Amino acid sequence: MSKTMLLVGTRKGCFLLESDAGRRTWTTRGPFCEGWPVYHAIYDGSTGTIYAAAASEWHGSAVWRSRDLGATWTLSSEGLAYDPDGARKVSKVSTLAAKDGRVLVGVEAPGIFQSSDGGDTWSVLSTLSGQPGSEMWDDPSNQPPGHLGISALMFDTEDSKRFWAIVQGVGVFETADDGSTWTPRNRGLRADWPRPHEEVGFCVHKLVRSPVDPDRMYQQNHVGMHRSDDGGHSWTEITEGLPSEFGFAAATHPHDKETFYVVPLDPGHGRTMHDGHASVWRTSDAGSSWRRLDNGLPHEDAYLGVLREAMAIDTYDSPGLYFGTSTGQVFASADEGESWSEIASYLPPISSVEVAILD
Amino acid sequence: MAQLHLPTTLTPLFPGLPRKLEIEAATVVGAIDELERRWPGLRDRLCEPGPRLRTHIHVYVDRERASLDAELEPRSRVDVIAAISGG
Repeated sequence: MSKTMLLVGTRKGCFLLESDAGRRTWTTRGPFCEGWPVYHAIYDGSTGTIYAAAASEWHGSAVWRSRDLGATWTLSSEGLAYDPDGARKVSKVSTLAAKDGRVLVGVEAPGIFQSSDGGDTWSVLSTLSGQPGSEMWDDPSNQPPGHLGISALMFDTEDSKRFWAIVQGVGVFETADDGSTWTPRNRGLRADWPRPHEEVGFCVHKLVRSPVDPDRMYQQNHVGMHRSDDGGHSWTEITEGLPSEFGFAAATHPHDKETFYVVPLDPGHGRTMHDGHASVWRTSDAGSSWRRLDNGLPHEDAYLGVLREAMAIDTYDSPGLYFGTSTGQVFASADEGESWSEIASYLPPISSVEVAILD
Repeated sequence: MAQLHLPTTLTPLFPGLPRKLEIEAATVVGAIDELERRWPGLRDRLCEPGPRLRTHIHVYVDRERASLDAELEPRSRVDVIAAISGG
């Protein structure tokens, strides 16, 4: 029988929440990674390895990995550094992606490192040098505390040389040749601030792609939800009907390209769920209309935040949806968001939630 | 032999690394090089590329704050401290 495993990255280590295919009862293991802040933890099904991108205030950035589903862990940062004579430095490892035995990690200052030996050693793959906006992120005075980094990486499902990267506050870039050349993919996005370049200057929080239609993408932006029907070449805003244009997390249905989930948050400093009413919102018609999903979630005094990597959806016939909060709760739904239960209540602040099905 | 005292945040990362050990080295950076030789990857946990000591890693030689190039006496005590950094 299948096992369902949630990988939860928190400010105090990585946790694993496990259930069977029914997803009704859950057990928790952890904390792992010696309590380091974990910004993103993923499961690489091709090698059976868990990777966790972490950055210790004392001991720097590294990628932890476990090849035995969390029983033992090691870390490495060998090669995970820019030229020591240059001004750029790796202040944080932010996001991970794995495909065909290779692992990519996105870092601050913006760059992508790769490992082809299971995380033992790392090397620079690309810094998106020369792209519009790079004069800003290549300025050391912008990082830190500019927090300009690669906040997300998304592989193509077929071609491992093709992937998308989000540069924080700049936008989406696509490469089809393993990072040698890049193309901005932000046409049609909205920005409510001046932009020095036509093609960039957009604040993309989360990018997801339909597994059943590679041309269908969705994104949660700083200002609005957007949809693309042409693989990210152009975007259309689909915010109308939501309580807020702002949010971080997003998930796309594994079997239905018209269905997409977001967690709208109040903008500004609060960045918590509107009116203290915890809700996930779903469109089943590609953004023409939205429905609030809140059965089992707290309706009052629930000022929950959900960060960009903190929502995930599994691939069962009836997909399960999961989100973790900045106050340490994990909520799960085994019926596509129709009903929810709290499966962890007192974890440290949560940065990421990913789900894996283990046979 | 200098006597090294290491922080509790460091020892769980490297199997067999004790809190206290004796190292034959002429300088602080030489001691870290020896630690790196015996526990590969350890330098990265204490130093940024350069190498430079990480911001919140402080080193004291015989109770005096020290830099990487500080010299060690045969019986020096070297304390490596993970300085207070948030909650």
